[in-house]
Amino acid sequence: MDILVCVKRVPAPGARINVTDDGLAVDTAHLGFTTSPHEECALEEAVQIVEREGGTVTVMTLGPPEAEEQLRYAASVGAHHLVLIPTDGSAWDPQRTATALGEAIAAAEAERGAPYDLLLFGNESADAGGFQVGVRVAHRLGRPIVNAVKGIEIGETSVTARREIDGGFEIYRLPRPAALGIKEGINLPRYPTMKGRLASKKAALAVEEIDAPPGGQSLVRLHRPVETTSRTEVLGTDASAAVAVVDLLQEIGVLP
Amino acid sequence: MTLLVVLDHDRGKWVEANDEALTAARGLATAMETGLHAVLIGEGALDLAGQAGAGGAAVVHVATHPMLTDYGPDAHAETVVQLAAATGPDAVMAVGTSRGNEVMAQVAARTNLPFVANCASVDPTAEPWSITRVQWGGSLLEDVTLDAPTKLLTYGLHATAAVRASAPGAGTVEMFTPELDDRVGHTIVIDRDVQTAGVTLSTAPVVVSGGRGVGSAEGFAVLEELAELLGGRVGCSRAVTNLGWRNHADQVGQTGTRIAPEIYIATGISGAIQHWVGAMASKRILAINIDPEANMVVKADYAVIGDLHEVVPAISAEIRRRRG
Ligand SMILES: Cc1cc2nc3c(=O)[nH]c(=O)nc-3n(C[C@H](O)[C@H](O)[C@H](O)COP(=O)(O)OP(=O)(O)OC[C@H]3O[C@@H](n4cnc5c(N)ncnc54)[C@H](O)[C@@H]3O)c2cc1C
Ligand SMILES: Nc1ncnc2c1ncn2[C@@H]1O[C@H](COP(=O)(O)O)[C@@H](O)[C@H]1O
Repeated sequence: MDILVCVKRVPAPGARINVTDDGLAVDTAHLGFTTSPHEECALEEAVQIVEREGGTVTVMTLGPPEAEEQLRYAASVGAHHLVLIPTDGSAWDPQRTATALGEAIAAAEAERGAPYDLLLFGNESADAGGFQVGVRVAHRLGRPIVNAVKGIEIGETSVTARREIDGGFEIYRLPRPAALGIKEGINLPRYPTMKGRLASKKAALAVEEIDAPPGGQSLVRLHRPVETTSRTEVLGTDASAAVAVVDLLQEIGVLP
Repeated sequence: MTLLVVLDHDRGKWVEANDEALTAARGLATAMETGLHAVLIGEGALDLAGQAGAGGAAVVHVATHPMLTDYGPDAHAETVVQLAAATGPDAVMAVGTSRGNEVMAQVAARTNLPFVANCASVDPTAEPWSITRVQWGGSLLEDVTLDAPTKLLTYGLHATAAVRASAPGAGTVEMFTPELDDRVGHTIVIDRDVQTAGVTLSTAPVVVSGGRGVGSAEGFAVLEELAELLGGRVGCSRAVTNLGWRNHADQVGQTGTRIAPEIYIATGISGAIQHWVGAMASKRILAINIDPEANMVVKADYAVIGDLHEVVPAISAEIRRRRG
């Protein structure tokens, strides 16, 4: 099994998200960076499948040169090949992103002489949340794709996917090669070991310069939603607050 | 000139989000000065046409085909693309459920059109359209322009409160049969695994959540007890899921479940923005935290500043005492 996972570098904000003065980006002056939880789980799933079935994991990202950090992290938890499509750090719209990723994957597959058995994406990116880059890439490459996947079983020539719905799961069976949009919860991603960290520094990193024309969705500016400031009513500072809490529960009618 | 709204249903059962989609669609169609059409796809769809009409649709397209039994992203998207080619809408929209976003992404991929997901407000009165959409699961807004011959979009889930139509649409039913080849069959649901009956996290009237402050998996016993007394469900933060204390199915937040209970009791949770967006639709929030400055406390309606391990059992005891 050869699996390719697409991950995106995103800031890791705390209690609120601040925007730069020009309104074109999240102010990351005091922030660390991470990959979306969904994509972290997609990577973990790929590593687990390859540990069971044999094969390789390739991780690809389109982003600023600093996104090398997220690729190295991926190598430290088990990815074998790293591919960076560098940008100038500005936000690319979904069509442009998908075109470039699709071209890079097609080129890599041409060089390998075979399609990847599985392409894994996050269900949605943590920041933009466009719910579409994976679907666009898969369509471009002629792969079936299902989103919101929280379980994968590898068959002889197929992949069975479990999609979460309210109170249960839907089951899909896709012929391979296939693509899936993964959701957090499919597994519990491992932390890198010291050995993994050391090895990741030496992992080969391919840089693919690819541009693509912008699509029809253009960023004008980012801004924070109006915060509803409610005054917090403090009901107490110890166990004796229980009386006031239960009064409240009774008043709002949730005490059966 | 029309706006086509793609409605969802689960094997003939009306999906509540449709009411939001129709509310948003009526507003958008009015601003566009166009007629409103709806499409319902697959088995059981015909039975719901009346509801779509009552929601304001002048025409309800009902798409049927032997391959349109259960949901499948390719089959549904292919149907929408063919219907759009036949009827020429100016815009196609769906509600931002998992399926709604997926079908629209598939439509966008097939037509190579831009698709703006999770809109909060849309101004269609000038070209290109001006749209505000949500990023970061709702923590940040993004103004964009949308330049396309046919506009594709979803409205964010809960972005519009469902309102009944003041006047129903004609609801004229038009049957549609797409041409589907075997390839769309690759992504059709083949089976289901229904797990829990009864209240789920997203529908529970009370959610009692714990964060890192709970301290251990065993520490959740007191939250379980309170949730049970209140007929609610236990939730948690991502810190807890990552520590392996609870299953991800219990996680509230951007990458977990979005909840909207009568009251959300958040204990030992700091209230990071990614947690907050999953909880902010709650009618009331009660934070129990040792830190009066915690974001969860500051943003909550009610707070108890104290150790959850003392406060939570005391609440359960008080409930039992009153029940006698
Ligand atoms: C892209 C992205 C997506 C994310 N999605 C989610 C998501 O869906 N859901 C989510 O929850 N997080 C999510 N996170 C993680 C989020 O940023 C926080 O890291 C996480 O919510 C913190 O969990 P916590 O509040 O339990 O832990 P902490 O931040 O460590 O807070 C613990 C709190 O417990 C209090 N406390 C300690 N002891 C006690 C005690 N005895 N009694 C009472 N209070 C006590 C402390 O004062 C503190 O406020 C996401 C992060 C990213 C980057
Ligand atoms: N810049 C990027 N680099 C690599 N993968 C990406 C990028 N943007 C999006 N993706 C992938 O596409 C998925 C869906 O993204 P989106 O359409 O932005 O919600 C993400 O979870 C990633 O797997």
